[in-house]
Amino acid sequence: MTLNLSDLDRPNSYIGRTVPRPNAARLVEGRGQYVDDIVLPRMVHVAFYRSPYAHARIGAIETEAAAKVPGVLRIFTGADVAAICTPWVAVLAHLKGLKSAPQHAIAVERATWVGEPVVAVVAQTRAAAEDGVAALSVRFEPLPVVADMETALAPETPLIHPELGDNLVFHRLHEKGEVDAAFASAAHVVEATFHTGRHTGVCMEPRSILASYSRPENQLTVHHSTQAPHMMQTIFAKHLDLPEGNVRVICGDVGGSYGIKVHVYPDEMAVAAIAKAMARPVKFVADRLESFASDIHARDHRIKGRMGVDGEGRIVALEIDDLTGIGPYSVYPRTSAIEGNQVVNLCGGPYDFQTYRAQTTVVLQNKTPTCQYRAVGHPIATAVTEGLVDLAAEAAGLDPAEIRRRNLVADDAYPYTSAANMRFEGLSHHASLEKLLKLMDYDALRAEQATLRKQGIHRGIGLASFIELTNPSPFMYGIGGARISAQDGCTVRMDPDGSVVALSGVTEQGQGTDTILAQVVAEGVGVPIDRVRVITGDTQVTPYGGGTWASRGAGIGGEAALQAGLALRESILTIAAAMLQAEAGSLDVVAGEIVDKATGQARMPLAELGRIVYFRGDTLPKGLPRELVATRHFITSDYPFAFTNGAQASLVEVDVETGFVRLLKHWCVEDCGRIINPQLVDEQIRGGIVQGIGGALYEHCLYSEDGQLMTANMADYLVPMAAEMPDMVIGHVETPTRESLLGAKGAGEAGTAGAPAAIMNAINDALKPFSTRVAAMPFTPERILAALGTVPARRL
Amino acid sequence: MTTAFSESVGIALRVNGEPVSARVEARRHLIDFLRLDLGLTGAHAGCEHGVCGACTVQVDGLIVRGCLMLAVQADGCDVWTIEGQSDTGAIRDLQDAFIARNALQCGFCTPGMLAACADLLAHDPAPSRAVIREHISGNYCRCTGYEAIVDAVEQVAARRGASPRAAE
Ligand code: FES
Ligand code: FES
Repeated sequence: MTLNLSDLDRPNSYIGRTVPRPNAARLVEGRGQYVDDIVLPRMVHVAFYRSPYAHARIGAIETEAAAKVPGVLRIFTGADVAAICTPWVAVLAHLKGLKSAPQHAIAVERATWVGEPVVAVVAQTRAAAEDGVAALSVRFEPLPVVADMETALAPETPLIHPELGDNLVFHRLHEKGEVDAAFASAAHVVEATFHTGRHTGVCMEPRSILASYSRPENQLTVHHSTQAPHMMQTIFAKHLDLPEGNVRVICGDVGGSYGIKVHVYPDEMAVAAIAKAMARPVKFVADRLESFASDIHARDHRIKGRMGVDGEGRIVALEIDDLTGIGPYSVYPRTSAIEGNQVVNLCGGPYDFQTYRAQTTVVLQNKTPTCQYRAVGHPIATAVTEGLVDLAAEAAGLDPAEIRRRNLVADDAYPYTSAANMRFEGLSHHASLEKLLKLMDYDALRAEQATLRKQGIHRGIGLASFIELTNPSPFMYGIGGARISAQDGCTVRMDPDGSVVALSGVTEQGQGTDTILAQVVAEGVGVPIDRVRVITGDTQVTPYGGGTWASRGAGIGGEAALQAGLALRESILTIAAAMLQAEAGSLDVVAGEIVDKATGQARMPLAELGRIVYFRGDTLPKGLPRELVATRHFITSDYPFAFTNGAQASLVEVDVETGFVRLLKHWCVEDCGRIINPQLVDEQIRGGIVQGIGGALYEHCLYSEDGQLMTANMADYLVPMAAEMPDMVIGHVETPTRESLLGAKGAGEAGTAGAPAAIMNAINDALKPFSTRVAAMPFTPERILAALGTVPARRL
Repeated sequence: MTTAFSESVGIALRVNGEPVSARVEARRHLIDFLRLDLGLTGAHAGCEHGVCGACTVQVDGLIVRGCLMLAVQADGCDVWTIEGQSDTGAIRDLQDAFIARNALQCGFCTPGMLAACADLLAHDPAPSRAVIREHISGNYCRCTGYEAIVDAVEQVAARRGASPRAAE
């Protein structure tokens, strides 16, 4: 069966429409249920004593005073938990040479970053558990700290894990074409060194887990604020020695995730282990200070880039040297090398050239571990590429828009394989750029900029084209040996009253996944959307799947839902045909009724069909298939990833006296293939842009030389607030993927991927009259004043 | 230190229009009292040091941060949380506008955000976009990018019949 998805006037048309989110009604009344809202009988609470040192040997742990604190029940050290929970090593077989050391739920013998859990205190209340932590005394023997990634591999730098032989985690060199010759032949060669600050996600709901264990059933049930419940089910089972079927992970409302909640956290593993040991419900909710020190960080990169262009400004070669520090361990199970690997894969992505050399070097440090956060590697690769493109434009005497026109891969060139060997099915760089320039009225803005500049007002316009990796296949993790599902499933069931329940393996964290699944299922089956109830986030109930990451909810989960919905419609029609003594092909399901396909005349409501099937099945022909339930799974197969693309622009004003950057307006044109719900896509992009802006202007996990995190609370770690943010204009180009009937790709990372590059280029455009530029994010007033020569430059 | 802080105090107040009396630890914050003792989990604790605004509730007509006020300080007060405001319909139009405009994603910041927005509209029926942005700048939202929230507040102001002031 096929659907003409471009026709919004067809009956039951929900795909492509803005419909409100059913779960929003609950959330605006404060009736959401996040993990911390759940209370179970006999529940106890955990608080962690965390290492105050970046690197230290753990000596004697004095627990006597803590044990006497009223309400404290038990105290677990690293060794105690290690007896219940096996350690893990986060490597992937396809990232050759990637190595890491075994990591424990609670540090054993040695602490390797400030914030690593060292002791767990279990008490009747969180307050009592914290009192217990305060009464602990732990003897530490400080060890030398590896803080600077630039010197992490120097021979005199101490080793964080001596058994690994060095502090090198991963190195990859990719080369295509005659790079040196191309640079030698280039009319202009530009180069720059970029820095992206260490960031963290700052989910408003901190990481939260409530684990309970039933000894007679050998069953672990975990309420978890996670993006990947099935992945966590597999991991809890593996490391706590339980059969996978005896672990149930439930994630109800999740208060923001952005990739932060798709990893295995030592403290959360410890909580599950403690629940198993104590055979009672154990809750842990990170407080904000713990979040800063223990949520994964990301994007701590130094990248040297070089670009060669010919006399017409066409790119002839690109060279990238990326260095990143990931903390003391590669994070399980996705590995911390993926971000650097993505930088190599994505640099230069939108542009038509085939001569490319790129390397990434991933090193250890005594800082909070880094791993995947929204738009993994994308903002880094986009900033470097777009920064170099702007430099090349200047060298070649071209307008930034013109150099992009000359170099972006042509819209009719697909399928296309990039210099990094990424395969693109169908992108729309030129259409997106032209739409963007039109939306922003580029020429008028340039004219206004010139006029204002004469009055001493320094505005800058920045452009950035980008690609976004979505809908990953097993080529992302599966082939490396990680049990992270790239396929997803959906079960759709019709109940006696004609209503429909859809169970999906993808999850809802506020993006509106449940809503788009309801839209797709309503359309696939042929029922009003308010007759569809979507259930996600319960591993005991939903088909095994990957959950939420790499913007796969719509593209993978949506297609599975559509196919399951269509299959249910077929079953309904087969039964209806028998009841109505008609050909199944002459009937259809529209708005919850069986109708005559040719005339649209109503023949029977679905509730009547439900009544007969469930209560008077005796009246149906013997042997008639009567399953009103269908399950379909989907995985991409022709391309390893469904790449999307887009272009962003930023208009800023730089106050050259104070170094402050004022954001005036931001535009994004994005092509995520089929749009299922326009409003939800726009809001994903807006939210993503603001996280990208945060990285460009405010957010920074700053460390002291001895590895102390100095921006460790919400007052010190700045994120964008409403007053600083500009209004954002969002536009779309739709190039559906042919891999699926639905045609949807992802939209979750696009905003974050392109915004920092657009802001950087805008700031540098504003600074042009001063012949200076900035390339180290965040672009703080101090850094801008340093570039202007007003204040001395400080070391990064 | 535990003995010094473990003293409990009797308090009597009104929460969402109903009388409540309880013994609470002197150190218990209002947000924990509401969430843990009364089961009113609508307002959230996002930072517990007064920065994020997720814990915002109304006390004697003013919005306060539930993480910066002790439960004992609310003795004798009239406290309203998102649950009570929802039940009375006091901010129904604002909630509807939030839904229509998708001014929430994960919804974690939303109860605090709604409290801040309702407070703004109570004191300034026709705020400009800049004023709205300014007023909600004490409330973190990591999901939405804020624009939808500003739109929603603007819409409600217009629907309540106030004509928006020119942007300042
Ligand atoms: S929890 Fe009170 S302001 Fe953040
Ligand atoms: S909606 Fe998620 S933090 Fe605001």
